[in-house]
Amino acid sequence: MSKVATFERGIHPKYNKELSSGESITPAKLPQRIVIPLSQHIGAPAKLEVKIGDEVKKGQIIGSPSGFVSSPVHSSISGKVIAIADFPTAAGRLVNSVVIESDGKDETIAFKETPGYMNLTADEIKAMIKDAGIVGMGGAAFPTNVKLSPPKEKPIDTVIINGAECEPYLTADHRLMVERPKEVLEGLKIIMKALGVKEGHIGIEENKPDAIEAMRSAASGDSNIKVHALEIKYPQGAEKMLIKAITNREVPSKGLPMDVSVVVQNIGTAFAVYEAVRFGKPLIERVVTVTGKGIREPKNMMVRVGTLVSDVVEQCGGLVDGAIKVISGGPMMGFAQWTLDVPVTKGTSGILVLTENEYVASDEYFSCIRCGRCVDVCPMGLNPSMLSILAEKGFYEEAKEYNLFDCFECGSCAYVCPAKRPMVQFMRLAKSQVKP
Amino acid sequence: MSTEAKKLVVSVSPHVRDEESIAKIMWTVNLALLPAFIMSVYYFGPRAVYVTGLCILSAVLSEHIFQKSLKKKITTSDGSAFLTGLLLGMNLPPNVPFYIPIIGSFVAIVITKMLFGGLGYNIFNPALIGRAFLLLTWPKLMTRWHEPTAQFLGLDAKTTATPLGLLKEEGLTKFIEHFGDKASLYKSLLIGSTAGSLGETSAIALLIGAALLFYKKYITWHIPFSFLASVAVIAWIFGGKEGLFTGDPIIHLLSGGLMLGAFFMATDYVTCPTIRKGQIIFGIGCGAITMLIRLKGGFPEGVMFAILLMNCFAPLIDRNVVPKQFGAIKKKEVKK
Repeated sequence: MSKVATFERGIHPKYNKELSSGESITPAKLPQRIVIPLSQHIGAPAKLEVKIGDEVKKGQIIGSPSGFVSSPVHSSISGKVIAIADFPTAAGRLVNSVVIESDGKDETIAFKETPGYMNLTADEIKAMIKDAGIVGMGGAAFPTNVKLSPPKEKPIDTVIINGAECEPYLTADHRLMVERPKEVLEGLKIIMKALGVKEGHIGIEENKPDAIEAMRSAASGDSNIKVHALEIKYPQGAEKMLIKAITNREVPSKGLPMDVSVVVQNIGTAFAVYEAVRFGKPLIERVVTVTGKGIREPKNMMVRVGTLVSDVVEQCGGLVDGAIKVISGGPMMGFAQWTLDVPVTKGTSGILVLTENEYVASDEYFSCIRCGRCVDVCPMGLNPSMLSILAEKGFYEEAKEYNLFDCFECGSCAYVCPAKRPMVQFMRLAKSQVKP
Repeated sequence: MSTEAKKLVVSVSPHVRDEESIAKIMWTVNLALLPAFIMSVYYFGPRAVYVTGLCILSAVLSEHIFQKSLKKKITTSDGSAFLTGLLLGMNLPPNVPFYIPIIGSFVAIVITKMLFGGLGYNIFNPALIGRAFLLLTWPKLMTRWHEPTAQFLGLDAKTTATPLGLLKEEGLTKFIEHFGDKASLYKSLLIGSTAGSLGETSAIALLIGAALLFYKKYITWHIPFSFLASVAVIAWIFGGKEGLFTGDPIIHLLSGGLMLGAFFMATDYVTCPTIRKGQIIFGIGCGAITMLIRLKGGFPEGVMFAILLMNCFAPLIDRNVVPKQFGAIKKKEVKK
């Protein structure tokens, strides 16, 4: 194997993936009731297409896109619309949502199959992806068809599928690559076709040798697709870091991957693209890692979008006695939950439960002692120490001059801070007070 | 839906942290100074325990009383006041009267650290300001050096000059004669059987402590290496009497407060630059000023003033040396 690809700086947190990395993906039980937020993506919320009392089937549209950067949402079960109201979501906001009660029949609308999908045109593929409501499934939930429609002056020559899964604990992408490598690979090919790109890459951190092996053997017949082993280092899976590691291109400050002719898609997204284009299946379920020492039986589950976290937790044996923190997503960038009655959405990659033993109180912190550890680890080459002091003292404009808006809140600085300063909070505070 | 009313903690990401803390770092630095402290006890006897202990006690008490009287949170358990006291003690001659450690610690903790806002906000290294104050106020007491003899209990011990003092007054040849030959001179400097401040004489003990700090990644090579390297280079070029490039860098590296200063004082997080590139500038500056004072100044030793002067420059260096920004846009592309 050649030298492993990587980026500069970053951190080495405990990965704790062994809790769930050996667990095959199992289908979650048909939920009794689902909550489908009309906004699960970046962009305009979907426009409501149903009313209370309506009977819906699995796969039926219940919200249609209301703009270019928007996405439809579909019902993931068959049943009856019983409520349309604001509901808490994992990101902490209240979002207008459709509540559907199951009729237990799980009836599906007819999906349009396309066995000869590689003969479709780019526009046909993009339309199918849009209609399926596919968004980036790594967490950011940006509508995929928009990402596949770059402006003319930004030609794309490379597609990267992100299999780094650098967030500790999470194993959803890992399991997909091990169990469904062909489908993931076909998803990549469809994305390449939609962009008219010849070069495809899959980047996987070295701690998933079985996934690297599975993807390499799946891609053995395709000379234009390369599988890369990446150094085990957080945040290897951040778009800009991944592009740097694999292509050695540096996305310019404030720029996007398309500025260096690259489009990055997540493993789950590639899989969903394949299912949508080949089988006409909308994005109504996804792989969720339910893990942490605070959960009785860690699992990787195929969960229907809209299933409540409490429902999923119950199917994993419930919480242990010392459980103290429930996180939607990974431990570095995920959101802590105050209630388990929030739905799994298209962007939910994991549900992580931490116990008192792993919990680090963050309410007490100290003055910055300028040790420089944060500067050593910041993948964006910022001076987090200075930024946090400026934000703390209210010098927001000055913070901007220290490239505040390059920060994508990976949390590496906070991870290493010996004064336990809430670095990400400081960055968010400063960003909220000034214009980019 | 969930019926159990479990209380969940909600806080901002990241939800996991590494195990380092300020207290852990500070106490480890204290531990790293233990070999040098043991050597000081070996050479200077109970006086070392008395002077260093008094420094530590008054440093910790100063911080405690200051915070208590201003109704601030007491932070003495973080080990930083202890460290300031310990470092001050190691920077004092063995035979100083009791009020010297007490006043020095007060100046270090209250004036240099607490009045500037406490740990993290001080501009100058507290222990060094404490020592500078003492040196300028009681120059006689602060330069009364003694032979390192373990039986030594205080007042009747023989006074002598430090190696750097001898070098300054008598020149290199006579200086070496004092120790027999060059090899035994180096050996004395390395082990620490010379006159000097309590904790500064034994280079080897300080290096053992520094190795611990490197191993724990609490310090990096940038400051100590650039500091020592610039001292060595300048000593080699300008340190000889017979002309350029005839100096003896090893004598300059091993004597005075250089080892203590380069590994334990110049590397003080709060008062050195944060950016590694800037730390190299900082180290070179420390080395240059040290040698300027040693070779041309009125004092035989310049490490203390060198570090204090460079402390002033640390904020300026940090403002102008920026880390390499990811995706930096080249200057010409930036629209004005």
